[in-house]
Amino acid sequence: MTADRSTSLQDRVREAAAHKTPLHIIGGNTKHFYGRATNGAPLPLREHCGIVSYQPSELVITARGGTPLAEIETALGEHRQMLAFEPPHFGADATLAGAIACGLSGPRRPYAGAARDFVLGVKILNGKGEILKFGGEVMKNVAGFDVSRLMAGALGTLGVLLEISLKVLPKPQTELTLSFQTTAQEAIALLNTLNTRPLPLSAACHDGETLRVRLFGTDTAVRAAHQKIGGIVDDAGNAFWERVREHKHGFFNDSAPLWRLSAPPAALPLNLPGQWLIDWGGAQRWLKNPLPAEVIRETVARLGGHATLFRNGERKGQVFHPLPPAMLAIHKRLKFAFDPHGIFNPGRLYADF
Amino acid sequence: MLNPTQRDIWPERQALLAALWQILPSKDVLYEDEDLRPYECDGLTAYRQLPGVVCLPNTLEQARAILRLCNEMHVPVVARGAGTGLSGGALPLAHGVVLSLARFNRILALDPVNRTARIEPGVRNLAISEAVAHYNLYYAPDPSSQIACTIGGNVAENSGGVHCLKYGLTVHNVLGLKMLTMDGELIEIGGSALDSPGYDLLALMHGSEGLLGVIVEITVKLLPKPDRAQVALAAFDSVTKAGDAVAAIIAAGIIPAGLEMMDNLAIRAAEDYVHAGYPVDAAALLLCEVDGENAEVSEQIFQVRELLLKSGATEVRTAQDENERLKFWAGRKSAFPAVGRIAPDYYCMDGTIPRHRLAEVLTRIGELSKEFRLQVANVFHAGDGNLHPLILYDANKPGDLARAETFGAKILEICIAVGGTITGEHGVGVEKLTPMCLQFAPAELAQFHDIKHAFDPKDLLNPGKAVPTLHRCAEFGAMHVHQGNLRFPELDRF
Repeated sequence: MTADRSTSLQDRVREAAAHKTPLHIIGGNTKHFYGRATNGAPLPLREHCGIVSYQPSELVITARGGTPLAEIETALGEHRQMLAFEPPHFGADATLAGAIACGLSGPRRPYAGAARDFVLGVKILNGKGEILKFGGEVMKNVAGFDVSRLMAGALGTLGVLLEISLKVLPKPQTELTLSFQTTAQEAIALLNTLNTRPLPLSAACHDGETLRVRLFGTDTAVRAAHQKIGGIVDDAGNAFWERVREHKHGFFNDSAPLWRLSAPPAALPLNLPGQWLIDWGGAQRWLKNPLPAEVIRETVARLGGHATLFRNGERKGQVFHPLPPAMLAIHKRLKFAFDPHGIFNPGRLYADF
Repeated sequence: MLNPTQRDIWPERQALLAALWQILPSKDVLYEDEDLRPYECDGLTAYRQLPGVVCLPNTLEQARAILRLCNEMHVPVVARGAGTGLSGGALPLAHGVVLSLARFNRILALDPVNRTARIEPGVRNLAISEAVAHYNLYYAPDPSSQIACTIGGNVAENSGGVHCLKYGLTVHNVLGLKMLTMDGELIEIGGSALDSPGYDLLALMHGSEGLLGVIVEITVKLLPKPDRAQVALAAFDSVTKAGDAVAAIIAAGIIPAGLEMMDNLAIRAAEDYVHAGYPVDAAALLLCEVDGENAEVSEQIFQVRELLLKSGATEVRTAQDENERLKFWAGRKSAFPAVGRIAPDYYCMDGTIPRHRLAEVLTRIGELSKEFRLQVANVFHAGDGNLHPLILYDANKPGDLARAETFGAKILEICIAVGGTITGEHGVGVEKLTPMCLQFAPAELAQFHDIKHAFDPKDLLNPGKAVPTLHRCAEFGAMHVHQGNLRFPELDRF
């Protein structure tokens, strides 16, 4: 399906701006659990959809915000290409705009880059109802401020993502998952040696019992790397990475508060009670734990990281790591610069805007 | 451009100097013409302006105090690194302060297990890789000026290099920044983790050309050095065939570490200069480098060779050893100075285009070259579509520079027309303010100004650079009707 609904979306936004009515932007509604609770009038994006252009040899795809992620990945798959940041879908209806607005990335992130790294251009509706284009379809572009990447992870608070251009990459010829029975402590130590060597790694995750490492590249490269690092071949590797990406791994089947800790990858396992799953080669750590937010945040902040209450728990409080006053002031002014009437997803990111 | 003598009628200068001497030792405040002369331009030497004052702070507290003072006195500030920029981003203001970050040149911390380096903005790009070489790590972005340019400037411009397609731009290789706002607040963005809470200000700061804040510390990502790199050199009798070869390599699922193209004039200039063994009769030369695991590299370079031949290469050579590999690259890396030897002056353009439009763009540039009676040599980051036409001219010949500039502007218009951009890696600075009026609509430019004011409400950080005023675009639009549409119909004409 393909349809350009930008005019009707623009009308809705202009009307909301005129009346200062808050809007709740909805793509596939698969990531509604993420961020703070917000209660604007629904602004559905799903009907504004379709791939606008895709030229495999240019390594770029452009699609409308409401395009299902699955449709994009199928189109890329036909040319043996992929979204290298492995976006989590969290449901069959996940859309491109939702993936970029949430800015989430899957297991390949530490080795290939995050969602924001692949954003080349956007067409947005700002809070005044203006349709604006930034960036484009080329890899290198420093004309004007990088508004395109700024949209990644902004949770729709700066604008409606009408169109997004992404860099895509070829799918690796081969991928191979190796497993090592280790404690978390040993896993970090092993990762510290692997991560500093020129190995074709594309994922590394410790689920509490087993460290799994994914290799990618040509058959030759993968074979050579396997010889260097050892480990037992996990034939169910692909399914494992998908379960981790989609939070279908047993670890995530829980109604306890789920924390996402972003930390320097080599940091030793943190001294906090609860169950852990370490992904991103050590840089992303999931913790199930009902501890007060302050305790978790202070612990990870001492290492130079931050913590997000990713799922469950209190959704009306500080879901994202609190910002220092000067930083918060810039955020509020930046929000005002794009959305002067405060109509887009108010409070979804921080209570203040 | 302002006349340098206008500084003399700047009444606040004496008061400013007196206040600066309270912050800095007098030797670190430059104000005599002969001391200011080295700061009058950056790498774009066609634009020159003596600054009002140059400050050389040694500490963060000094830099902060200078900014607070200038904020109070409403004095604009231009931050400056090594001054190698190619778009006039560091061009001083007659009634402004140049804040040199040259003394911020320390490597603060190396963390080999987390693969990061925390450094000050005045550290040279190449010095990072040199400092971590013994860990078998390196910093990937390698702009051609890497022996001289500094990391602070790299962030401000979001610098690229010849390895961008595989390893990304500066924005993909920086994890954290500390910056001072115009009112002297220290802001920390990111750090040693892979992401940070809130908006992606890290991305926004990259390529912001000193308009949003003064960067005082950077945490960069380091990568393990690949086992091996190998390069293939291919000659073509037409640019179109070389372009097809690039598409064929990408379509085969290979992401080369470097993929560079040069046209005949660039080939000959480079060969004369460094004797890299380039085929001087070729219409186009392609360098394709792959890196990774030893056996994989052998396999891929063989595949690349086949693809090059199938695309019509008249000759394909692979480097026999590391020395020859470096020699192949030496020609490409010295292409700019090499072209500098065959003409008194050259004007370097920096558009990016979708790769499949290369042949038609080069054909059009060739036609314009005849029309303007100026030779042009083309150097192309073929992997990522970034085209550097070097327009040869002689500044001593009346009218030559003006012709070169008009020719350059036409090239950028072509880049926009084929769906590209006016600047891939050199920035807008002062040089490409007018082409910005073509690439962006008034509402988009207004959005840029709103972003600027969210950080710098008084418009004191590098004012007048990077984003043109709507007024300027309206004036330009009055003279220039683009594709039959008047771009700024709602604005008054002056």
